[in-house]
Amino acid sequence: MSILIDTNTKVITQGITGEAGSFHTRACKEYGTKIVGGVTPGKGGTAFEDIPIFNTVKEAARKTGANASMIFVPAPFAADAILEAAFAGIKVIICITEGIPVLDMIRVKEKLKQIELESGKVWLIGPNCPGLITPDECKIGIMPGSIHRRVSALRTKGQVGVVSRSGTLTYEAVWQLTQLGIGQTTVVGIGGDPILGSGFTEIVELFEKDPETEMVLLIGEIGGSQEEEAAKYFKEHMTKPLISFIAGKTAPEGKRMGHAGAIIEGGSKETAQNKVTFLKSMGVHIAPSPTEIGVTVQKVLKSR
Amino acid sequence: MKLEEFQAKELLARYHITVPPNGGTMTQVEELSNALRKCGSAPWVIKAQVQTGGRGKAGGILLVKTSAQAKEAVQSLLGKKLVTAQTGAEGILVRRVLVEKTVEIKRELYTSIAIDRKKGRPLLIAIAKGGVEVEELAQSSPESIVKIEIDPFTGLEAYEARSLLFALGLYSTDSKINQDRIQFFKNCVTAFLNLDASLLEINPLAVTTEDQLIALDAKIILDDNGLFRHPDLKIAEAGGTVLEQQAKRAGISYIALKGNIGCLVNGAGLAMATMDLIKQCGGDPANFLDVGGGANLAQVTKAFKIILSDKNVKTILVNIFGGIMKCDLVAEGIIAAVKEVNLNVPLVVRLEGNRSEEGLRLLSHSRLNITSIKDLKEAAQKAVELASGVPAPTYS
Repeated sequence: MSILIDTNTKVITQGITGEAGSFHTRACKEYGTKIVGGVTPGKGGTAFEDIPIFNTVKEAARKTGANASMIFVPAPFAADAILEAAFAGIKVIICITEGIPVLDMIRVKEKLKQIELESGKVWLIGPNCPGLITPDECKIGIMPGSIHRRVSALRTKGQVGVVSRSGTLTYEAVWQLTQLGIGQTTVVGIGGDPILGSGFTEIVELFEKDPETEMVLLIGEIGGSQEEEAAKYFKEHMTKPLISFIAGKTAPEGKRMGHAGAIIEGGSKETAQNKVTFLKSMGVHIAPSPTEIGVTVQKVLKSR
Repeated sequence: MKLEEFQAKELLARYHITVPPNGGTMTQVEELSNALRKCGSAPWVIKAQVQTGGRGKAGGILLVKTSAQAKEAVQSLLGKKLVTAQTGAEGILVRRVLVEKTVEIKRELYTSIAIDRKKGRPLLIAIAKGGVEVEELAQSSPESIVKIEIDPFTGLEAYEARSLLFALGLYSTDSKINQDRIQFFKNCVTAFLNLDASLLEINPLAVTTEDQLIALDAKIILDDNGLFRHPDLKIAEAGGTVLEQQAKRAGISYIALKGNIGCLVNGAGLAMATMDLIKQCGGDPANFLDVGGGANLAQVTKAFKIILSDKNVKTILVNIFGGIMKCDLVAEGIIAAVKEVNLNVPLVVRLEGNRSEEGLRLLSHSRLNITSIKDLKEAAQKAVELASGVPAPTYS
């Protein structure tokens, strides 16, 4: 098992004819993802390699049976693309696009709530994220597939679910796990923006319910209070161990550290140190440095 | 993007939010007499345009009653380094002052609108007292803070604004005054939503002796991602250092810090983690730098140039995790960039991921002053050793 995506996931790419959209659609397909179509308004009826292109998501979904969408549409139009997918009935939407205005995302989330009232939960991952991957089954996003590993060498079980606000730092952590022979059920990059489709807690909750996932690795950073909320959920509801690394111990206050969401706001408690102290108090295992993420997971696995 | 006070007030005025009469800003004292004429009769207030809190206490806001006093005040402020509670000992240089006419007021309050990340909505906050530290008050007496969640589609409703007036003791017996005050708060919310702001703060918000609400001071931060919608806002970037602005134009996230180890990393999270690791190894990072996903030759060259502009830098640590990006191509970019910028400090390069072996081989055959290392911790230790001149402990 895994979360959100598996071999049955049928994916369309919104913005398939753009540079990033076409490059990563090809890479996902080569990895084994079932890419069933693409959407670029005005190019309906044509094809990208042998993938059919449609004018609207609705048409693409109806004709291909797609149940997930990967969005590469440029920032000014990305919020609209998310809503188009959601109104067409797509339930897993991954928005890779970086630079979407915060108020656009706030409005998108309000509208998603309305859709969910009528037709059930929509899983929006991102924006400004690397996507997600269930190794050996389905990759939707821009991460390198080859660094992942599905099944642990340690024993038949021992797979870890990974959730992160970062891109390359996630690759670093996943690669450490893979080199130690630790498999991953699903790796989810939720994105670096202040307003996100899905937060840490929601994804951690899915991992808690997934029978194959034995423990969860959460890679957080300065800014916001998502890490703390996930830790509270862990303390109150979780049976599986939670391991975490928090980046940004050396980050100065008031400066945006690359990610729009990575800013310690004046006088607030969103520093890495405060997060680590709080997570420890909730019983979360903490990786002391970015080079010790893999071994910290390994230690917890072995102690079980 | 953080705006200066005068820019924020210009925008508020566009949304019919009352601000004090002003004579504009100046960078030299020669422009003063013109500005005073525009303002109207004395007394005036001369305000340093710097992005820091605690300006008043640090002597950055001066009240003057004659044009001679005004001249003296402007001369004393321009070119001065203002040291406030927030700037640290080095202070902040005053390049521009704003001249305003003083306004007679009855009372001061506070209001702001910001994004509540937890609720995923804008939140309006108001306090019946002005000049307060909101964060402190949130701790000591949270009940004194009035909060209204804003609907992102419709803005502030009249009934919400009315409840605000009652809570703040602003509800009057005069219905015309109430109408104006309701409109004032509605305009603030409209400005916030229309401008794609991430913060709009009026502190103090005042009631004049004529019973009018007025923004005595204002702070606006605009969402950088929303700027494309506002081509009319020809506002010069006021925040950040010259280098930070240069980097931004090149698509690089760069933040100067105080250490001596320059960092060049792909990805913001990994960049932060690299800085943390340098600190853990006993060193001090000179900067945060995310070169972006592409990391092509032009980007890497620009990044090196930016890092080397900081004269404190004694060594540079490059940390690239090649995902889609191929490490051998990155290595070629690094070699070309090192030659182009004439690198004169030691360089430690850590490459991992896609084709990292090939990349490392290229670097070690380059005959340049480059130490290439595959292990991240070892690379950080080496950089710390090179920057401090003290050999790192033996690596086991």
